[in-house]
Amino acid sequence: MSTFAPAPGAAPVVRQVLAQASMETRLMLRNGEQLLLAVVIPVIVLVGGVQGAERVDLSYGVDTFAPGVLALAIMSTSFTALAIATGFERRYGVLKRLGASPLSRTGLLGGKVLALLAVELVQVVVISAVALGLGWDPSVDVLGALATVVLGTAAFASLGLLVAGSLRAEATLAAANLVYLLLMAGGAVVLPATAYGSFGDVVSWLPSGALGEAMRAALGDAAFPVRDLVVLAAWTVVGASATARTFRWE
Amino acid sequence: MTEQPAVVVDGLVMRYADKLAVDGLSLTVAAHSITAVLGPNGAGKTTTLETCEGYRKPQQGSVRVLGLDPVRQRSQLLPRIGVMLQSGGAWSGVRAVEMLRHVARLHAHPVDVDVLVERLGLGDCGRTTYRRLSGGQQQRLGLAMAVVGRPELVFVDEPTAGLDPAVRREVWALLEELRTDGVTVVLTTHYMDEAERLADTVHIIDRGRLVGSGSPLELTRGGSVATIRLVVTEPFPPGAPDHLAASLGPGTEVTQLDAVSLLVTGPADASTLGKVSRWCEEQGVLPESLTLGQRNLEDVFLELTDHADHADHADLESS
Repeated sequence: MSTFAPAPGAAPVVRQVLAQASMETRLMLRNGEQLLLAVVIPVIVLVGGVQGAERVDLSYGVDTFAPGVLALAIMSTSFTALAIATGFERRYGVLKRLGASPLSRTGLLGGKVLALLAVELVQVVVISAVALGLGWDPSVDVLGALATVVLGTAAFASLGLLVAGSLRAEATLAAANLVYLLLMAGGAVVLPATAYGSFGDVVSWLPSGALGEAMRAALGDAAFPVRDLVVLAAWTVVGASATARTFRWE
Repeated sequence: MTEQPAVVVDGLVMRYADKLAVDGLSLTVAAHSITAVLGPNGAGKTTTLETCEGYRKPQQGSVRVLGLDPVRQRSQLLPRIGVMLQSGGAWSGVRAVEMLRHVARLHAHPVDVDVLVERLGLGDCGRTTYRRLSGGQQQRLGLAMAVVGRPELVFVDEPTAGLDPAVRREVWALLEELRTDGVTVVLTTHYMDEAERLADTVHIIDRGRLVGSGSPLELTRGGSVATIRLVVTEPFPPGAPDHLAASLGPGTEVTQLDAVSLLVTGPADASTLGKVSRWCEEQGVLPESLTLGQRNLEDVFLELTDHADHADHADLESS
């Protein structure tokens, strides 16, 4: 049979989405800067935070830092890493090229979400292992923790795509890193909102604060953090609808 | 046997901000053929192609590809067409063969990736990341991604731009094999020899309009009129074409192709030839070559796009 005899057709949607997810996961884990952001920085924050707190006799220990650093890791992947990767996909015509393949936009989004969850799984395993080694004694609400990961990812991913779809790739790179640093320092991710004094009421409405608080409740108090999950869901709706209206594929 | 055309563009108008990119363009592409869309930079080739690929919605007029509306029936159309972009289209950190395998997985009955890698000489760069590939390798990978899904129709945007001659020939051979296997190929190109060698039909567009159409033979034959192409060693003095036209008399046309070449269109008989060489003698110009006979596609292209140029200047001056 001749090599190129036409036999067009799309692969089954599930296979397409899985192909996209595995491709994006591999690319993310292969990239040194992404790994730094995903695993190395959170582990440094965790170890440094726990040891520093001991030295200055802060009231926070590994039971506070571990959920906070897991929240930080989720934020770094679903916001910063996703925004930068998507920004450069726009720049290099990857989104345009895939736009002419059988993979639909929904399928592309599905692939990205699965890739994020896969990378987050790696992060959770590594960070939890280090935290347990530092003496972490979690008290877990499994459903609450899963809902926090999913909604936290959704909220930050929708905001990351908002940035990536409207700014140039270099501006996205700068903005995504800057926002990450600002939220890490002042967004109640790693430390609880109560640590910010009267400002704490404000930061707990930020997606970072809501994600951090939800994680601490679900992994520290074995609670299902309804209020924080509602805040994350609201940010998802805001981010997703703004992205849908402004995202430019080229 | 009349089969419905693979592509029908009818009265397409596309405008960006204040620039008219496509200006009432109509053309058709016959199924199972190679069709070249030829035109200078900014003629509207890529815009037309991208409208056929469903990236842009026609502002006026209509486009049908394989009988489908590329925007409204995009999900039906996409699996049936292959697209090669002019540049980019892959992650910078992806390995060449990995990228090709990825695109193959999105299709139901892809071409064997190893065969395709072999055919396009991409075997050497299997583990090289995209950003480290040479321009030519990136081009070939782009072409491979366009055909790996066994499409009925492929759109290739300047497939051999910047390739060395040997690789160009490989790409040509692949495009010809696609046609033999029943695939319709639409390509844009700057290269006349590419269009002349490959295309069954050539559409020449300039400033968003179709200025010439036909097989390379039809276009170059140009009716019963023959040509004399005169190339000289030093640039012509100003006004030379008009002066030569005057000395040749009615029934002939003189077009200056560039600083050192002229095209005389008309009865290419001994008398005209004699007049041309006498004119050279009078002017003191030394002919480097004097070629009789058929125009090549480049002559046709330059004439057609040049005339449009003059017409536009006239428009500007009169307004």
